[in-house]
Amino acid sequence: MYDTGKIVAGLAVFVVLATSPLWYNALSAASPEAPELQKPTNGSTACVEATDYMRANHMHLLDQWRDTVVRDDVRTYTSKAGKDYTMSLSDTCLDCHSNKEKFCDACHTYSAVTPYCWDCHVIPEEGQ
Amino acid sequence: MKSSRRGFLKFAGLSVVGVAGSTAIATRTRASVEHEPPATEGKRLAMVIDLRRFSKNDELLDKIIAACHDAHNVPDFADDPKNEVKWIWTEDFETAFHEQEFHYIREDLKGKSTLLLCNHCDNPPCTRVCPTQATWKRAADGVVMMDWHRCIGCRYCVVACPYGSRSFNWKNPRKAPNLAELKGTFPTRMRGVVEKCTFCDERLARGQQPACVEACEDNEMVFGDLNDPESKVRQLLAEHLTIRRKPGLGTQPEVYYIVEDPRTLQEVAPTAVVFEEEGGHA
Amino acid sequence: MLEKALSGSRAYWSWIFALLLIIGGGVACWFWQFSEGLTITGLSRDVVWGFYIAQFTFLVGVAASAVMVVLPYYLHDYKAFGKMTILGEFLAIPAVIMCMTFIFVDMGMPNRILNVFLHPTLHSMMFWDTVALGGYLVLNIVISHWTLSSERREEPPPKWLKPIILLSIPWAVSIHTVTAFLYAGLAARPFWLTAILAPRFLASAFAAGPAILLLLAFFVRKVSTFDPGKQAIDTLAKIVTYAMTVNVFFVLMELFTALYSDIPDHISHFQFLFTGLHGESTLVPWMWVSSVLAIVSLVVLINPRTRCNYGWLKFGCIAVVVSLWIDKGLGMVIAGFVPNPLGKVVHYSPTAPELMISLAIYAIGALVLTGLYKIALEVRGQLKKA
Repeated sequence: MYDTGKIVAGLAVFVVLATSPLWYNALSAASPEAPELQKPTNGSTACVEATDYMRANHMHLLDQWRDTVVRDDVRTYTSKAGKDYTMSLSDTCLDCHSNKEKFCDACHTYSAVTPYCWDCHVIPEEGQ
Repeated sequence: MKSSRRGFLKFAGLSVVGVAGSTAIATRTRASVEHEPPATEGKRLAMVIDLRRFSKNDELLDKIIAACHDAHNVPDFADDPKNEVKWIWTEDFETAFHEQEFHYIREDLKGKSTLLLCNHCDNPPCTRVCPTQATWKRAADGVVMMDWHRCIGCRYCVVACPYGSRSFNWKNPRKAPNLAELKGTFPTRMRGVVEKCTFCDERLARGQQPACVEACEDNEMVFGDLNDPESKVRQLLAEHLTIRRKPGLGTQPEVYYIVEDPRTLQEVAPTAVVFEEEGGHA
Repeated sequence: MLEKALSGSRAYWSWIFALLLIIGGGVACWFWQFSEGLTITGLSRDVVWGFYIAQFTFLVGVAASAVMVVLPYYLHDYKAFGKMTILGEFLAIPAVIMCMTFIFVDMGMPNRILNVFLHPTLHSMMFWDTVALGGYLVLNIVISHWTLSSERREEPPPKWLKPIILLSIPWAVSIHTVTAFLYAGLAARPFWLTAILAPRFLASAFAAGPAILLLLAFFVRKVSTFDPGKQAIDTLAKIVTYAMTVNVFFVLMELFTALYSDIPDHISHFQFLFTGLHGESTLVPWMWVSSVLAIVSLVVLINPRTRCNYGWLKFGCIAVVVSLWIDKGLGMVIAGFVPNPLGKVVHYSPTAPELMISLAIYAIGALVLTGLYKIALEVRGQLKKA
């Protein structure tokens, strides 16, 4: 092929850049601790759905809640266990998980995720 | 292999388009959410504003506006009129109804501060033009709603509204001094979306009246269902002379203004008018 | 063929570099706008569309105007335009790209632009405008690619291209009609609520677009051995003349309806433009310059002696373009908002960042145009050695 030297060099640079998160993390000092989430302080022991389900699907659930409340004007959610909840980030989720910093941000910061819910939705006083 | 560099680039380009396109189609098919139909079937929500009950520059007007703007964390850019956001506000009567081209006007209406807000039209031009259905008219009760998650900020709805009811967030609303501390949990909106009165849909869902109506003291604003013949709004419309803004445009605005002489308020409280026949005369 | 844009003379690369500098400055401004919001523009609660959308409106017309060379050649076998069609299509492509970019920078939430396709709304003219513009871009890319590569191989273009070319003709008319429909169906804006808006848009498009094409053709004649030929130039000049005449006629029709009927909602916008209203007269000098240039351009273009003199013709074309740029861009768009729906007069003028971003978008268009014209001329082996 033409320009073999330039192509191979370019490919090498690309591979290094594309895999940078992997080798950067591998080479950096101590690995960060797994995030520790603060449990609700209001006595509540169960979330809307099971912990594993929420861990994997809370983003999807929130999107569903968003569209159902705003677009369909339906505000009651029946969980898999048959319990009814009002679909609201600020009034239901954050009612128990009232410290955004010690709950939401703990995982989000660890995984470098910045959901923009908070540009609009109100954070309870505790976790600002 | 006979493929040229050109052919390779074309293939790569088409592949990117294909992958992007198929991803877009795949993400569209979200799991359908089981839900029951809304409980409020077949309402036509409307408002009657009784101008007789307001004096020319009533303090109550500020209270009503504040009730709305506080309940919804509406930014106050008073020092920055270019970025003004308002859901409900006042104009002079002649300005509010400038299509009337008033030359001589009844004394009590001259310069009278008149409350203006989204009319939640029955035939809204704003929802017709929105390219993403970020604003739409709810079939169940006629509220013209906003979805601030979907709005792309094109401002076509602002252009299409004949009443100037809509505001665009030219900057981050939380930069307004009055939002340094937020009131309640109603989310602010973000820079880049259009907002307006939604007839307090979040309060309607709890069976409450809109905040502005609740801030009233004596039926200055009455809110209800036009499809219910027994409702207060229907009664008021049957008994009083009302006007609407720019009715000739066919938008069917659902905010009505009672413009009768305030002296009629001193008479007996209005009941349904009954015409009695007297010996053959109607 | 794309690689032909990547080699060139010193002058070529200096031009490209200058454009890239401007684009860089504009992109930086846009990032600022994206984080601060559109508050950095001159727009306000009442004038929600301004300079960006004005440019978009003008450029849609320029994009549509390629049809003025395509139609005579492909539909009526007007051989004189044979060598011009590629230049027309290569003007349409950057014009459409600029249109889309002007819309993009005008959006409050540009990261949500895909919502227009994820939630298609058939009753919204804006949805159809997106479809029309996107389709037109694809059409022009396909057509110009296959005609130029066939020319390069000295073969006739593939048979299946002909129906696509013919499709581009009504499609060109439709992109500008649907853009007019954005404005012409709004009860809220009596200034735009006129049946003649779409015909006016088309007339001004077919005047300004071919005028720009003519000016480009003259420039190309200078830097290459490409000569469109006397017949092509003269016919294109006549097209500009007729289109500009029709456009001025349409404007006079609008003025008659508004001024004779004396309806306040109609005349107030014309007053704002031509005499000033309640102390707001920012656009008055602009509109009078536009009107004078329109008359001057007609005098120069209608008179065969000046139209056939290439010096005068160039002047006439510039007059047409400037006049219509003012009238269709600034005049038409901004006057729709002043006075506002409550009858109040408000001020609008674009800010420096707004102008910088706009200039950068024009630079992007110029960059694409330069690259495409370079390719076309190289393919034809007609570039003069510097």
